[in-house]
Amino acid sequence: MQYVPGDDNHKVVLYALSTCGWCARTKQLLTDLGVGFSYVYVDLLRGDDQGIVVREVERWNPRLSFPTIVIDDSKAIVGFREEEIRKAVGA
Amino acid sequence: MVSDKDVDRLVQDLAREAEAGGYHLNPDREFTRGLVRGLLANRERYGYISCPCRLASGNREDDLDIICPCDYRDLDLADYGACYCGLYVTADVEAGVRTPEPVPDRRPSPVERRKKKEENVTVARAPGDLKYPVWRCRVCGYLCARNEPPETCPICRVSRDRFERFV
Ligand code: SF4
Repeated sequence: MQYVPGDDNHKVVLYALSTCGWCARTKQLLTDLGVGFSYVYVDLLRGDDQGIVVREVERWNPRLSFPTIVIDDSKAIVGFREEEIRKAVGA
Repeated sequence: MVSDKDVDRLVQDLAREAEAGGYHLNPDREFTRGLVRGLLANRERYGYISCPCRLASGNREDDLDIICPCDYRDLDLADYGACYCGLYVTADVEAGVRTPEPVPDRRPSPVERRKKKEENVTVARAPGDLKYPVWRCRVCGYLCARNEPPETCPICRVSRDRFERFV
């Protein structure tokens, strides 16, 4: 997990793929909003490490699609849904 | 590492093939280049251009449905005006008269895929009394009646292993 520093009102975790255009837009949006968040590129993980994170994502989003954004360990947003993301992080 | 030149070349090839087949690449050049860079990164990693916006397993057989163009492209173009990644768009989106909608992933979940794989093994093919089997391209729906599917789909250019027996 990498951390992008910023406003920490919410705990925001972004599960992404390094090759995906919508994941890049989501990461850019969170950065532009000044939100502190952690992110991980699931495609760059290998073997067991990837398996562990994949199961984590599947808990929130059984389709295992990206980006999956988990807010405050309680709510997941699937896909680059700009309005929903803005609302959830209170920006 | 994927070079800018490789990206340019593949963008050009894809654009030419797309237009020849009645498909269109996303006119947002930077976005499209990013996705094509992803396709090339996947070719380096896995040996085939699997979808940049989906997690590949690295096993070609399990990833066949998401090798670009994926089995879901044409359905998503029809319903949303763009493929899941946004690499391909419809003519009206390309022309800027329609905004594409966000595309939910219609690929079955890992659990559903495992189930389907098991079913495919157990279900025997119904015998037809046709002179030739009919093959269907999973990507574009092209049908042909011959002993084997063609090496390359003449419509959308995908490889033989993307065909399924239809009748
Ligand atoms: S056609 Fe399918 S595989 Fe190719 S970029 Fe679009 S969604 Fe991804």
